[in-house]
Amino acid sequence: MGRVLLVIRLALRDLRRRRAETALLMLTIVAATTTLTLGLVLRDAAAEPYQSTRAATRGPDVVAVSGRPAGLERLAGVSGVTGHSGPYPVLAGRVEASGRAADVQIQGRDATIAAVDQPRVRHGRWIGEGGVVLEAAFAAWLKVGAGDTVSLNGRPFTVAGVAVTAASPPHPRASCVVAAGCVHGAVPAGRDLPATLLRDPGLAWLTRADVRALAPDPGSLSYVMNLKLAHPDQAQAFADRHGGPGSHGGPGGADGAVSLQTWQGILADATELARDSQILLMTGAWLLGLLAVAGLSVLVGGRLADQSRRIGLLKAVGATPGLVAAVLLAGYLLPAVVASAAGLVIGTLTAPLLTEPSAGLVGAAGAAPPGWSTVALVTAAALGVAAVAATVPAVRGARSSTVSALADAPRPPRRTGGLIAFSARLPVPLLLALRLAARRPGRAVLGVAGVAVTVSGLYVLLVLHAFLDGRPGAEAYTAAQAGVLRHVLLVWTVILLCLAAVNALVLTWAMVLDNRHASALARALGATPREMTLALAAAQVLPALAGAVLGVFPGGWALFTAITVVTGGDGGSAPLPGPGRLLVLVGATVLAVAALTTVPAGLGARRPLTTTL
Amino acid sequence: MSLAAPPPVLSARGQRKEYGTGEGLVRAVDGVDLDVGAGETVAITGPSGCGKSTLLHLLGGLDRPSGGEVRLNGRRIDDLGEKALARVRRTEVAYVFQSFHLLEELTAVENVELPALLAGRSPRSARRRALDLLDRLGLAGRARHLPSALSGGQRQRVAVARALSNEPLAVLADEPTGNLDSAATADVLRLFAELRDAGQTLVIVTHDPRVAAAADRAFSMRDGVLAGESGPAGPACGRLAGAEG
Ligand SMILES: Nc1ncnc2c1ncn2[C@@H]1O[C@H](COP(=O)(O)OP(=O)(O)OP(=O)(O)O)[C@@H](O)[C@H]1O
Ligand SMILES: [Mg+2]
Repeated sequence: MGRVLLVIRLALRDLRRRRAETALLMLTIVAATTTLTLGLVLRDAAAEPYQSTRAATRGPDVVAVSGRPAGLERLAGVSGVTGHSGPYPVLAGRVEASGRAADVQIQGRDATIAAVDQPRVRHGRWIGEGGVVLEAAFAAWLKVGAGDTVSLNGRPFTVAGVAVTAASPPHPRASCVVAAGCVHGAVPAGRDLPATLLRDPGLAWLTRADVRALAPDPGSLSYVMNLKLAHPDQAQAFADRHGGPGSHGGPGGADGAVSLQTWQGILADATELARDSQILLMTGAWLLGLLAVAGLSVLVGGRLADQSRRIGLLKAVGATPGLVAAVLLAGYLLPAVVASAAGLVIGTLTAPLLTEPSAGLVGAAGAAPPGWSTVALVTAAALGVAAVAATVPAVRGARSSTVSALADAPRPPRRTGGLIAFSARLPVPLLLALRLAARRPGRAVLGVAGVAVTVSGLYVLLVLHAFLDGRPGAEAYTAAQAGVLRHVLLVWTVILLCLAAVNALVLTWAMVLDNRHASALARALGATPREMTLALAAAQVLPALAGAVLGVFPGGWALFTAITVVTGGDGGSAPLPGPGRLLVLVGATVLAVAALTTVPAGLGARRPLTTTL
Repeated sequence: MSLAAPPPVLSARGQRKEYGTGEGLVRAVDGVDLDVGAGETVAITGPSGCGKSTLLHLLGGLDRPSGGEVRLNGRRIDDLGEKALARVRRTEVAYVFQSFHLLEELTAVENVELPALLAGRSPRSARRRALDLLDRLGLAGRARHLPSALSGGQRQRVAVARALSNEPLAVLADEPTGNLDSAATADVLRLFAELRDAGQTLVIVTHDPRVAAAADRAFSMRDGVLAGESGPAGPACGRLAGAEG
């Protein structure tokens, strides 16, 4: 017990002694674990959400819509149909909730579970007298949940629950199941559409009795029936055989004609948006992961030299190799545990922001808390990093002799003769900056790589933003979908920039610590604090400039091409940013790095000289 | 050498430096008055921890006093800003440290020319002066060596050459022979004797009685206070000269 306390006390002392470093270490682990949490949540979300929804809700193979129930009832007996539910009455209406209003298709269902299409309730309960259930993505868009009140055609209803279904793509792509017809997306200018058409309608379920009570007259109702087929693969052939003229997604006519929608058609609509945003998110997660690894390796590497001296000290006063290893491990584990918990919480809180577009499907993680496997994996990863970071110096320290560990100077700096000669011609801050950067080429490379990764991401974001802005409501996305994608891009940008900022700080601080002695010496020889600050900042800014240029080309260009290839999209249809924009991007990056690094650089350059020399 | 006191290059009045507060208060330097004339060599000796290094740091503007004033060529430097102090360190005083403090990744000549580059000299003239200095200090053949390839005595001679790079008014040396064996010590002592003969103003903190004996004046320091000025050490020059031969 006493030994455990001693280990913890020694570790805490060491952490307190280097507060700034500990804070940066924790910040980096938080960033890394947040990224990992997001990545895992997204992996779950990417696991074919429509397919899992379809399996979980006994989704229909064909959805039949008609203005009259009779034509639908006939379909139930057709050969090849193995099960059905309905016909259910559907009313075209309007929903208002917390300031938002939208068209809605209200389906009358039974309180009992149907044979085909069993919407899965995610929050709250299934319909009952006076209680409405909303399609999950629609509810998310309306910003309402179970227990809230909405008005349907002017009458108040309590939201009993929120559910997902495979019978329709999620909002804003819900299939049209009313005879009046629907339009999705922006209406081309100059086209007059009938006022009765529903625009981007959502989907809601009520009891049959409530739907009938809401309908002004029975003739205003449409009907929908869900069919299971013996051969789901041949749903399209079935639809061609039995559907009316308007069977391709259009609504059934009021005259009793039947229109049929196949599950493959619903799948295509449901996954289009989700797939695009998931590709974006996974790409983002990878970029973030790379940045986090770069930041961590700089921190851990920076501490190695310092730690071998500490190991020597502990051994010199009689600590066993086991105790030394325990102290080192505790020094990493304590911050790692705290930081990974914070990362899990932040990741869990931000995940819904990213998965919102597919909230209407079961497979999407949505607001569900991360599973134990995610928690375990993230914690294990953080502890693993901590263990590796502690093990390398511990093993080294145990092997090396106490004397040599005590004498162990920090890694000797590199000599780059050409650069030193060249820098002699430059103004003092640049002279010092080049020499500082050249002392640790590996770290400079990490700096270049980190900025390149960030700028590649920003380049792709620029292209995608231009793409979304350039064609409002064009063929690819509706306005609402474009909004969702823009939202995803925004979250992506914010996390990317945060992590990049942390990395810039870590790199500068590592450089400041590593060059404490050299910069104190330069000041003793007559360099001013201002020149030293400029030099330390410039030593980051020069790699940043290289990184920014590389990040635009080939980085960003290659990343965008890769994304285009993966999505199978048409890269040529997105306008690439012009040279003006790219210059601004590079310039802004360099300025941001300069601004970020000036603070730690200034702190480093103003340390009292005599304590360092 | 004339004994008529030349105007002081370095002048300290009531120098104080305190660390900590209350119980932990340490008076590292406690009211020191000192004048160092042009071309004069002053040695400061004394037991460990009595404030010698601290005083030297105050004299050259490497650290700020808690009280008292320091004048360099008649101009106060203790109240200067960091930037102005940097300029003072660049051109008017230079330090030589016990542990050399050479930059590991720079060759001898690159180390020596660094202060000149910092002072804005052209690379060409900085390099020429550095090679001259190394030549003068008997290191011409070692100019392109890294510090790791030099002996302790050679490293300290490089450090002295670096200190001379901008022709400072005064060179302040803190135990320049503290890390050296006796042969290397003799080497460095000879160098200081030459500097003194060339009229370089020197303040040397040392444990070595030979250094103290060779100085124009030697003080011993105790508990932050300068004591026991031993007067002009005329004969010591001879002794040092003897050691040279
Ligand atoms: N940064 C500091 N904080 C607190 N006390 C200090 C600090 N620097 C020096 N001291 C104290 O000031 C006193 C004088 O220190 P200084 O280094 O000047 O001694 P010194 O005479 O050079 O000793 P040595 O011969 O061992 O080099 C010492 O008691 C030391 O403990
Ligand atoms: Mg000392």
